[in-house]
Amino acid sequence: MSRSFVNKTIAGLPPSGIRKFFDLASSMQGVISLGVGEPDFVTPWHIREACVYSLEKGYTSYTPNSGLKELREILVAYLRDKYQLNYDSSREIIVTVGASEAIDIALRAVLNPGDEVIIPEPCFVSYKPCALMAGGTVKVINTKEADQFKLTAAALKKAIAPQTKVLLLSYPNNPTGAVMTGKELLAIAEIVEEKDLLVITDEIYSELTYEGEFVSFASLPGMKKRTILINGFSKAFAMTGWRIGFTAAPEEIAGVMAKIHQYAIMCAPVMAQMAALEALKNGAAEMERMVEQYDQRRHLIVNGLNRIGLPCFKPEGAFYAFPSIRATSFNSQEFCAKLLQEEKVAVVPGDAFGACGEGYIRCSYAASIGDINEALNRMERFVRRHTGRAGRRIIDSAASDAAGIPAGGSSISRA
Amino acid sequence: MEGIKLRLLQVLDQNQHQRIETKTLATMFNISVAEVEKLIRELEEEKIILGYVTLIDWEKTDNNNNITAIIDVKVTPQREVGFDTVAKRICRFPEVKNVYLMSGSYDLSVVIEGSSMKKVAFFVAEKLASLENVQSTVTHFLLKKYKKDGIIFGDEKKEHRLVVSP
Repeated sequence: MSRSFVNKTIAGLPPSGIRKFFDLASSMQGVISLGVGEPDFVTPWHIREACVYSLEKGYTSYTPNSGLKELREILVAYLRDKYQLNYDSSREIIVTVGASEAIDIALRAVLNPGDEVIIPEPCFVSYKPCALMAGGTVKVINTKEADQFKLTAAALKKAIAPQTKVLLLSYPNNPTGAVMTGKELLAIAEIVEEKDLLVITDEIYSELTYEGEFVSFASLPGMKKRTILINGFSKAFAMTGWRIGFTAAPEEIAGVMAKIHQYAIMCAPVMAQMAALEALKNGAAEMERMVEQYDQRRHLIVNGLNRIGLPCFKPEGAFYAFPSIRATSFNSQEFCAKLLQEEKVAVVPGDAFGACGEGYIRCSYAASIGDINEALNRMERFVRRHTGRAGRRIIDSAASDAAGIPAGGSSISRA
Repeated sequence: MEGIKLRLLQVLDQNQHQRIETKTLATMFNISVAEVEKLIRELEEEKIILGYVTLIDWEKTDNNNNITAIIDVKVTPQREVGFDTVAKRICRFPEVKNVYLMSGSYDLSVVIEGSSMKKVAFFVAEKLASLENVQSTVTHFLLKKYKKDGIIFGDEKKEHRLVVSP
């Protein structure tokens, strides 16, 4: 018998709630997927072409740790033009391997053992494990549909304890599509100031805001020095596979983040940096075209879901609708497993994004109008078949067990 | 123009590569199917929507003998009407698919379709070149279509994304 070689904390983390579902959906043919968390557009050609050109010219070496100087400078200009934020391109910007890396190094840079991170859920699946892997503890705030899944000042106040150090914000939100207005963020900022907190804000969907202006948390009065801003190219420019993002943070924090990045990563791939440079220089028109299309589909899916009996609050950002499935007697996992089996439509159970996502499903509208339409038709049939009939629940749980999905589900949020 | 009509046009314009059912538009705009139909009828009557085109890759059918030619036409402009009279006259021929006034070394670009090269050539010689005010024509036969109206021929969109992702 040899001893166990693995790290206990990490081995003990539950697998992503999406994983099981992915395995099931991938094994089936003819599935229409509204379960995809990335754009359905291919990266605009001019961006791909810029990358090809850079390869032809022989740009294949390391870049400075924090990224190409020209890219950092254009990022500074971008943040200045968009949010009137002034960052120092040599000391406060790091180009990262996707926004994901930025989340990881941000948490690792600031958490000491026992420091607590407040995470409003439902949210992207990585925050909590990353906080735990960084040695922190996590306190979840359950946001509610009644508040349009926004973080309220009251809920935040209640959650803060002496060990609280970090508040993690992610608006526009995956999976709910919630967006917080400047006024709502100001109320949060006041508490952040009063309680001396640091905010990590994941603004990856910032460009996909359909109503009103997106407000970056760092741009609020007094907040820049308390904020690690994270963004990237994946969603706005349809560049998920390039793995390229960035972070902007006050010099002291950025310096520590840069240390992790430098030792663990070295630098983001130069090809992706070249592409990102082109995206920021010349990508606005293509991005607007994509945003317009998402907006059309947003109306289609939200109205459609409401029409077929899956009430859905109006998402104002990202590309997800988060309807309630209370009309059926299923929980989220059951609903998704049965919908997949019976109608071959893949959506993601809401509880994969936190326990309070139970009772909801995430439907991505980064899909063609034809697919959204067909998915709505199939879901309509499904909902009609499964509403208003008591006594089915037991049978249905058995069916989802048979599909290999535990009816209760387990997910990161239940860690 | 009222907002909804403009938005309807934008949706139709940006989605020319696919059929969008009236029902889909109704859901998208949260109005009834009858209302969508009414708006479209109005846009047609106002001659804002002029027609509907189906883009077909004839190469994939047995009926792929049509010949397309692009003709550069030099025209002597006429007093008061410029190129309009000649252009409109050319437009009347059913063989003529497109007519554009161009800048540069010739004046009108005329796209013609015919069932054989001979027919196209005869059309140019007899109908087009013989028109009063037409000085000269240069005929280019189209050999292969790679892309038309924003659609790349033979470019099938493959789904590369994972079925489910966070």
